[in-house]
Amino acid sequence: MATSAEAVKFIKPTAPPLDERSKYLRKLVVRALEGGERGHIGSSMSLIEIMRVLYDDILRYRPSEPAWHDRDRMILSKGHGCIALYVMLADKGFFPVDILDTFCRRDSILGGHPEAGKVPGVEASTGALGHGLSIGVGMALAVRMQKRDSRVIVVMGDGEIDEGSVWEAAMCAGKHRLSNLTAVIDYNKVQSAGPTHEIQDLEPLADKWRAFNFATIEVDGHDVEALRSVFRRLPLAPDRPTAIICHTVKGKGIGFAENDANWHHKSKINKELVAKLYGALE
Amino acid sequence: MRQTCLNMVYDLAKRDKRVVFIGSDLSPGLLADMKRDMPDRWYMEGITEQNLIGMSAGFAKEGYIPYDHTIATFMTRRCYEQVAVDLCLHDLPVRLIANGGGLVYAPLGPTHLAIEDIAIMRALPNMTVTAVCDAKEMVRLMNATLDWPHPIYIRLAKGGDPVVSRDELGFAIGKAIPMRRARSRHSVVLMSTGVMTTNALAAGDLLAKDGIEASVVHFHTVKPLDEATVLDFARDAELVVTIEEGIRIGGLGSAITDVLVDQLGTAAPPVKRLGIPDEFPHNYGLQEDLFDIYGLMPKQIAASVGQAANKKNKVA
Repeated sequence: MATSAEAVKFIKPTAPPLDERSKYLRKLVVRALEGGERGHIGSSMSLIEIMRVLYDDILRYRPSEPAWHDRDRMILSKGHGCIALYVMLADKGFFPVDILDTFCRRDSILGGHPEAGKVPGVEASTGALGHGLSIGVGMALAVRMQKRDSRVIVVMGDGEIDEGSVWEAAMCAGKHRLSNLTAVIDYNKVQSAGPTHEIQDLEPLADKWRAFNFATIEVDGHDVEALRSVFRRLPLAPDRPTAIICHTVKGKGIGFAENDANWHHKSKINKELVAKLYGALE
Repeated sequence: MRQTCLNMVYDLAKRDKRVVFIGSDLSPGLLADMKRDMPDRWYMEGITEQNLIGMSAGFAKEGYIPYDHTIATFMTRRCYEQVAVDLCLHDLPVRLIANGGGLVYAPLGPTHLAIEDIAIMRALPNMTVTAVCDAKEMVRLMNATLDWPHPIYIRLAKGGDPVVSRDELGFAIGKAIPMRRARSRHSVVLMSTGVMTTNALAAGDLLAKDGIEASVVHFHTVKPLDEATVLDFARDAELVVTIEEGIRIGGLGSAITDVLVDQLGTAAPPVKRLGIPDEFPHNYGLQEDLFDIYGLMPKQIAASVGQAANKKNKVA
């Protein structure tokens, strides 16, 4: 089990500046926002480094064969953060980057929440919150039963884990000692209606996951090296599931939108705002 | 019917490695032989219906066919979003074995009565909704579930229900079974589902004594509805009476009425829908007591048919 000292080791007092790749991926997010003239800005921006490290360094997959049997399974349970997933899938060649321009358009494959079977590389249709971890539990049990080494990673939002279903799933994963299952929490501390500590306080969050029998660790969710280091250690315990609490910033990288619930989602995004968003990333 | 259904899960599991059983918290020793013989395919996960459905979706995504089991109300109301999104949106072959459909749990009160289960399950795209009439038919249904590529809601009756189904009439999901045929096509047609078919057949006998000939068509599958058989029997019918152990809003009667209105328009025959009105049952007692309160016993069905037929004749 991760100790408090271990947790502290992974949290730096100040987040490192975004490097060119992180900025490039965020610009792709803006491209989708421009295409759809809407989208969950804050919720996608906080996810970028988590998605980047998973797809650049950790997950096993084949873009030309999305249903490859031996792939790792990554479920984005906070489906509203889907643009962060779409840009990674586009970047990796699951579909052409140009498709990002069609976000939320009538005939697009890219909706405001991701759909399995429609978007190559999307494991589960999510958007209604609190579903992904249970699906991940079923997948992890199935994979273990077949003695395969695919890993199952479920990425959740902090507001999402208000849902009781998440804790049903956590109890079940702990009971079955699913060491091939990892829960990742994008803990940006701002949900749709305001700060999580005001809306539904989650603390002590790490203790909660530990109490549900997860080997739990905390990390700066924008520190690429720190994320790599944690994900490369999976599973953190040989006989338990892992929970990685990623301390992130809502709207990360867009200075005027950071930590502000008003930027959870924006519609009617016009050219002027698009220019401002790109400007913030220069 | 319940025991037969659960025994069939183990039989199917022996035949097909894709079958897993996932229960919540019902009956100590349930499927103990399956648990003993194939422990990694037998799960009892506690009172976590939302998780039960989600993990079943995960299993199904990996190629398994989960047979889930809990009480009908909890299987439908508690985790409706999981059923809708995890199972139906993904169109996964998960089977929901719903204990105590309809009015089975009469003594336990309205929290345990699955009165609208058929209506709300029927409203979900990709969902198949079944309510067989007896244990023999349950065997036929369960055999057919292995290769059905969609989620299936399997409504269980009380158990020990009289056997009225007949092997020689065949069985296919989505295909209604005419159980009794009137000599004339211009006659009363009773259309029923679940154990109401038993009562419909008994009502048919009573009506025959009164000189009213009635056909009885059994819909073990409410969705997809066998529209061809509905139209075949209804087109020239004097009167169609639907009978169901559930709320009339959105149930079998609604489904049949939809077909008649859409396909026959003003040429549709008169329809009488028997079932539970828009209310939670207020009484306890036995399942039969609630049948009696809602006019679903054979004598009451026969009386309703007689009244409706007479009324129609008077109008004519």
